Amino acid sequence: MSGNGKPKFAMYWAASCGGCEIAVLNIHEKILDVDANFEVVFWPVAMDAKYKDVEAMEDGSILLTLFNGAIRNDENEHIAKLLRKKSKLLVAFGSCANEGCMPALANLSNIQEIVDTAFSTPSTDNPQNIRPNTKFSVPEGELHIPTLYPVVRTLDQVVPVDYYMPGCPPESHQIAAVIDLVIQVLQGKAELPPAGSVIGVGNSTVCDECTRKRNEKKIKKFERIQHIMIDPELCILEQGVLCSGPATRSGCSALCPKAGSPCIGCYGPAEGAEDYGSRLMTAVASVVDSNDPAEIEKIFEGIPDPAGQFYRFNLAGSLLRFSKPAWKG
Amino acid sequence: MQRISIDPITRLEGHGKIEIFLDDEGNFANSYFQIPELRGFERFCVGRQVEEVPILTNRICGVCPEAHHMAGAKAVDAVYHVDPPRTGKMLRELLYSAFYCTDHTTHFYALAGPDFIMGPTAPVAERNILGVIHKVGLEIGGKVLQMRKYGHTVVEMIGGRKVHPCTSIPGGLTKGITEEQRVEIENMGRWAIEFAQFSLQAFNDIVLGNKEYVDLILGDIYTHHTYYIGTVDENNKVNFYDGKVSVVDPEGKRLGKYAANEYMDWIAEHVEPWTYLKFPYLKKVGWKGFVDGKDSGVYMATPLSRLNAADGMATPLAQAEYEKFYSTLGGKPVHQRLAIHWARLIELLYAAERWVELATDPEITSDNFRTIPTETPTEGVGIVEAPRGTLTHHYWTDERGITTKVNLIVGTTNNYAPIQMSTKKAAQNLIKKGGEVSEGILNMVEMAFRAYDPCFGCATHSLPGQMPLEIIIKDANGETVNILKQNC
Ligand code: SF4
Ligand code: SF4
Ligand code: SF4
Repeated sequence: MSGNGKPKFAMYWAASCGGCEIAVLNIHEKILDVDANFEVVFWPVAMDAKYKDVEAMEDGSILLTLFNGAIRNDENEHIAKLLRKKSKLLVAFGSCANEGCMPALANLSNIQEIVDTAFSTPSTDNPQNIRPNTKFSVPEGELHIPTLYPVVRTLDQVVPVDYYMPGCPPESHQIAAVIDLVIQVLQGKAELPPAGSVIGVGNSTVCDECTRKRNEKKIKKFERIQHIMIDPELCILEQGVLCSGPATRSGCSALCPKAGSPCIGCYGPAEGAEDYGSRLMTAVASVVDSNDPAEIEKIFEGIPDPAGQFYRFNLAGSLLRFSKPAWKG
Repeated sequence: MQRISIDPITRLEGHGKIEIFLDDEGNFANSYFQIPELRGFERFCVGRQVEEVPILTNRICGVCPEAHHMAGAKAVDAVYHVDPPRTGKMLRELLYSAFYCTDHTTHFYALAGPDFIMGPTAPVAERNILGVIHKVGLEIGGKVLQMRKYGHTVVEMIGGRKVHPCTSIPGGLTKGITEEQRVEIENMGRWAIEFAQFSLQAFNDIVLGNKEYVDLILGDIYTHHTYYIGTVDENNKVNFYDGKVSVVDPEGKRLGKYAANEYMDWIAEHVEPWTYLKFPYLKKVGWKGFVDGKDSGVYMATPLSRLNAADGMATPLAQAEYEKFYSTLGGKPVHQRLAIHWARLIELLYAAERWVELATDPEITSDNFRTIPTETPTEGVGIVEAPRGTLTHHYWTDERGITTKVNLIVGTTNNYAPIQMSTKKAAQNLIKKGGEVSEGILNMVEMAFRAYDPCFGCATHSLPGQMPLEIIIKDANGETVNILKQNC
């Protein structure tokens, strides 16, 4: 991973689980292509550089930065701004950076509640009700930890983003394809997609990639997956189990429905959908087999957690973004 | 008072930090291993359909989502009072065994191995996985990649996805495997056994054949006398997927065994205001601070802990290695933290043997992989052994199966107090006078927590396996007086 005037590459995790890094490492031997074509200047999981090394770089000197993880605290925001300044192309990589992912479900609660819950669980022994302090004096001096923000934000709510690469995590074959494309661009054999594009995805929906049989069937009742035996050939939604395929962007080759499990929406909104949750609700409403308001209401009782089911991955990126209590801090 | 900041510790999710304080004479005063992150899963998993929680909690960690998926799956089984059919449980354990092989392999070769294969004092630039590959050859490097690939292949076949598996639901799984897949899984498993044996042989040749390393392992600097926990089967053999959690004291005497739903009688979590992570300890002994010994409730949950807490391994090849381990290191329990690496390889062999055992069970391809729950959901606990320690998920629901409360005690968290103690001991032993802090201390501090394979991030899955450290020494006015770097 040495210099030689090669274009510079960086990858960083903010509030994230590390699955995005694993997905990149899972491109196996393609990693060597990254090494051959780029100078990796910052990538905490794979190589050794510090914040101050990034600070010392010239603005715009990193060609490509893959940024995963959401913005949860002041440290995340600081590094997002730093990398934006230093990078020509900043990619929001993975669901957390794109839409907040599951950690953004925290936006339904206020921050005090989040912290209080963690430090008063039934197994926590905390008689003095201690909470972590961002500044704390120990006998030897002062200790610091980052400040949590009241709401989880997506990367592009903090800094401008050039490209979006969704998925939780993005599938490795697509990561490899994106890296190939950038290398071709560097060699003058291809052109970059227009700024703001969603890359490493298909342009239809998961349903289009799904091999399950679909009829025009309508449903009278929503089921929970543990209560029925899923027919291995038939559309899961038609069997009454909420599947996010109709609202979700294609690209994963419908992995979850193939494994007998509904799509939960990790590739984010299908092309053109302004708000993922409302797109999914429309799709779901269209399979409900009733015109009687009372009966419809009864059918929708089968979806007991609409916030979690329609905005599982993308609350931070949705039109809703957060609840009132969260906004108040 | 001087302060030495190790910040950020990259490859510990980039979010770890050690603060070391020296007194005015430059002697070690104290150190703090801080975790600066909190995402709040225990709050936002409330109000969700409980069958989703094993998928939501996958996003706690992308390095071992399999562990969260399994602990979660067992918790939702318990919530619905449903016992999956034998095939369902075997499929989950098969996925889990393959995952263990991948995970332990990466840790050994990419992170821990370089210290031994290249030597703790080898040039920094060589002491990483690339150095290892140069030394042992590309063929072996290729084997390491192959092992990771095979493990992920099985995880995807049974779990639906390579990262964040999605197929376990209350009562079993959403799918089984075909005979064709079984054959493929079996073949990969047989290869994994050979790979594990090869890895143990390499450890034997490189580490045990070298007196310097043996002395390092047995030395006091990395030794702590604590309690140990680990899940065992009904014969008290190590088990990753199911059984009771065995607790042994620093003399190796079994204090007892607890079932998943009894965990709160045994484990409690202590809070310190200077970090976002809690410190679990043994409730029956009590929290006495960051100290060793029988009176202190500090325990460890690692591969070494599992071996210490069990009476042996359930598979023959791993059992032979287990016996050799204790006879070489002077009997049970072993307290030396660097021995965790050896224990990890013994577990790798066990996981590979178990993989083949399960893949060759005639019932593994049966269609009976699920039981539909009929009871009203209430409350349930699921425990599995994550590679980095016992993982506990506890969910409470209303009668519709909507979560009302969630409690999680995550793998690495178990080891937070020991990690704090080990890094402190290393610093304490190595820093006598502030001005004399040398580059050598950096790798020694590193080795103190690397043994735990801490998963504050993807430490185990890094490519060049060397932890970059930077120590900034400031005087009382906050002026930097010295900067020591390794790999920066
Ligand atoms: S997008 Fe998914 S895999 Fe990536 S960091 Fe977020 S939770 Fe992990
Ligand atoms: S709704 Fe789900 S199961 Fe049905 S076709 Fe779409 S992706 Fe496939
Ligand atoms: S099926 Fe849906 S949830 Fe599963 S990987 Fe594809 S987009 Fe993600």
